[in-house]
Amino acid sequence: MLNIENLHVSVGDKPILKGINLQIKPGEIHAIMGPNGSGKSTLSHVLSGKSGYTVTEGTVTYDGKDLTEMAPEVRAREGVFLAFQYPVEIPGVSNIYLLKAALNAIRKHQGLSEVDAMDFLMLVKDKVRLLEMDEKFLYRAVNEGFSGGEKKRNEILQMAILEPRLCIMDETDSGLDIDALKIVSEGVNSLRSPERSFVMVTHYQRLLDYIKPDFVHVLAHGQIVKSGGADLALELEEKGYSWVENKQAAA
Amino acid sequence: MNTVIKSRYSAEYSKVESALPGRSAPWLVALRAGALDKFSGNGFPSIREEEWRYTNVSGIEKNLFVPTDQPSSATVDKEWLDRFKLPDCWSFVLVDGYFSAELSQLDGLPEGLVVQSLAKTLDTDAEQVKPYFAHAVSDDEHSFVAFNTAWFCDGLFLKVSKKLALTKPVQLLHVTTQQERLSTTRTVIVVEPMAEAQVIETYIGVEQAYLSAAVTEVFVEANANLTLYKVQCESAKAYHFGGTYVKQARDARFIHHNFAFGGLLARSDIHCDLDNASECDLNGLYLGNQRQHLDNHTRINHLQPNAVSREMYKGVLAGRSRGVFQGRVVVAENAQKTDSQMNNRNLLLSDDAEADTKPQLEIYADDVKCSHGVTVGQLDEKSVFYLQSRCVDEETARNMLTFAFANEMVNKLTIKSLHDLVLTQVLERFPQQGISIDWL
Ligand SMILES: Nc1ncnc2c1ncn2[C@@H]1O[C@H](COP(=O)(O)OP(=O)(O)OP(=O)(O)O)[C@@H](O)[C@H]1O
Ligand SMILES: [Mg+2]
Repeated sequence: MLNIENLHVSVGDKPILKGINLQIKPGEIHAIMGPNGSGKSTLSHVLSGKSGYTVTEGTVTYDGKDLTEMAPEVRAREGVFLAFQYPVEIPGVSNIYLLKAALNAIRKHQGLSEVDAMDFLMLVKDKVRLLEMDEKFLYRAVNEGFSGGEKKRNEILQMAILEPRLCIMDETDSGLDIDALKIVSEGVNSLRSPERSFVMVTHYQRLLDYIKPDFVHVLAHGQIVKSGGADLALELEEKGYSWVENKQAAA
Repeated sequence: MNTVIKSRYSAEYSKVESALPGRSAPWLVALRAGALDKFSGNGFPSIREEEWRYTNVSGIEKNLFVPTDQPSSATVDKEWLDRFKLPDCWSFVLVDGYFSAELSQLDGLPEGLVVQSLAKTLDTDAEQVKPYFAHAVSDDEHSFVAFNTAWFCDGLFLKVSKKLALTKPVQLLHVTTQQERLSTTRTVIVVEPMAEAQVIETYIGVEQAYLSAAVTEVFVEANANLTLYKVQCESAKAYHFGGTYVKQARDARFIHHNFAFGGLLARSDIHCDLDNASECDLNGLYLGNQRQHLDNHTRINHLQPNAVSREMYKGVLAGRSRGVFQGRVVVAENAQKTDSQMNNRNLLLSDDAEADTKPQLEIYADDVKCSHGVTVGQLDEKSVFYLQSRCVDEETARNMLTFAFANEMVNKLTIKSLHDLVLTQVLERFPQQGISIDWL
C-alpha cells in the first residue's frame, strides 16, 4: 500500500530525513518510536503533503502512485489521514461542518453523490458514541478551546468518520488520560480491517499494549535504525534509545 | 465673515438655506449659522489632522454633490428596497435625505414610541428636540459634524419613553437614488430611563457616485438599554460619512454593531461618553474590495468610575482596498475601576491591500484595567493545511477561513432577518466557492 524508498527530506538547507525505507502492506500496524527531534512528525507531514519540505532523494508510492505529486487534499481523498500531533484550532468553522465538507469531498472524489443529511447525522452520532464524546463537540468550532486530550480524541473522531485506508497517528496518545487512552484505543481497534493500515508514532509502550503493532521501527537522526516486532518496544522501554543509537554508531 | 472660505460647498449654501427645516426655531438658526462659519473656515478635514491622517476626503470637494430639491419616493426601485427592508421591524425610510411617509411603516407603533421626521418635528415642535440636538456632539468635533449641522435637510427623531421595552426593532433605512446627490441627515435617538430598544440604521444607494453624510446623536439614559446596528451598503462609487455620538447615563448599556461593506470612501465615527457604571460594547466588521477605503474611528470616553467598555473590530481587505482602524480610549482622572478592552484584527487577502491600525489608550486614573491588542496578518498557513488534510481543496480552505473570520461578527446578530441580510452581504462580497449558507 505504502512504499517509502530512500526518502531524503530537507527543510531549507537542513536535511531532516536521511534515507527512510519503509513498506506498509494493507492491514498492518506499524509503530514508529524514536527520540525527540528525530524526524517522526516530519515523516508524517511529508506523507500528508504539508508544504515547506523538499524531497531531495527517494520515492513515496501509495497504491502504486507517486504520493509526492498529489496535493494534500487529493491524498486525503485517496485515503491518507494524519491525526496531528498538534491539532490546529479553526475558529468559526464547526466540527460538524468540516466533517460534512470532508466526507462530501471524498464521496465526490469517488464519484458518489453528496451524503444524505440524515445518514450523515446518524454516522456522526454513532462515532461520537464510539469515542464516548459529548455531542456538543460537534457544534463547537474545530478544536477551539478544546483541552489537549479533547483535541486528540477529536482527531480520531474525524478518522473514524472519514474511514481512511492509511491512518497516520502522530503521538495521539500524548495528552490522553488513562481512561481516554483506553477509549481511543478501542475506537482505533474497531477500525482495524484487512484493508486498513496504521502508522502510529508514539513514545510510550502503553499505547502499544492496547493496539498491538505488527512492526516497531526506531527512527533516530532521520533514519530507521532498527526494526522489529512488538517486542522491540518492550526492549526499548527497558534500555532506552541510546541502546539502538549506540549499536548504530558501532555498526 | 473675514476668514478664507475653504470649501466650494459654502457658496452653494444660499441655494438650499431657505428650504431647510427649523427656520422658525431661533436656537437652531443660530446653531446653523455658527456651524456654517466653522465649516467655511476649515473646509472638509485634511490629512494633516491627526484623526484624518489615513483618510483623504478631497474627492468630496472635487465632485460638488448637491441636495435634491424635489424629494420623491417614486423613483425608488421597490424590489431593491425590499431586499434591505427587514420584515420583522418597524421600518422608516429616508430617500435622498428626506423622510418618506409613503415608504415607511407608521402604523402599529406602541404608545411611548415616537419615530418621526426630524424636519417635521423641528417645524412643529422644535422644543422637543432642543434638549438633545447638538448635545452628544459639538460642531467643533470636526468639519463633517459642522457640515451636517448646517446642511441637514431631514432625518429622524426617535424616542422610547421611560420603562418601555420595544417588542420589535426599529429600522431606519437611508436610500440614495440618484447620482451626484448629497444626502445629509441628522438623527436623534433617545432611550429614556429603564427603556429598551434595538435600532438598525441601514445605508444603501444606486451604483453611482454620491455623498451620504449622516450624524446620529444617541442618548441612552439611566439604566436604559440600546442595541444599535449600522449596516452600510452604499454603492461602490459613493462617499459615506457617518458619525454616531452616544451619551450614556449611569448604568446605561449600549451595544453597537457596525458593518462597513460599501462605499468607495467610507468613514464611521463612533463615540461613547460613559457615565458611572455604564457599559458599551462596540463591534465592527469592515470588508474591503477593489479600491475601497474604509475608515473606522472609535472613541470611548470613560468619564466616571466603574464603567466597562468592550471593543472588537475586524477587517478583511482584498484587492487594493485599505482599511483603517483608529480606536481611542480615554480614561478620565476620576474614572477609577474602569474596565476596558479594545481589539482590532485585520486579515489581508492580497499583497496590495492595506490595513492601518492605531489603538490609543489615554489613562489619567490609576486604578483601572485596560488592554488592547491589534493584529494585521494573512490567513494562517497551518490552518489552510489542516483543512486540506481534511480533504478540502486549497481555494475552498482559504474561503472557509476568510468567511469564518468575518462570520464571528455576523454570528453575534440575534435578529434573524438582520443576520440573514448581513450574511448575504458578506457572501456577495467574497468568493464563496465551497461555502454553503447552512454554515453550522
Ligand atoms: N520548519 C522547520 N524548520 C527548521 N527545522 C525544522 C522544521 N521542522 C522540523 N525541523 C527540525 O527537524 C527535526 C525533526 O523534527 P520532528 O518534528 O520531525 O521531530 P519528532 O521526531 O516528531 O520529535 P518529537 O518526538 O519531539 O515530536 C527537529 O530537529 C526539528 O527542529
Ligand atoms: Mg513529533
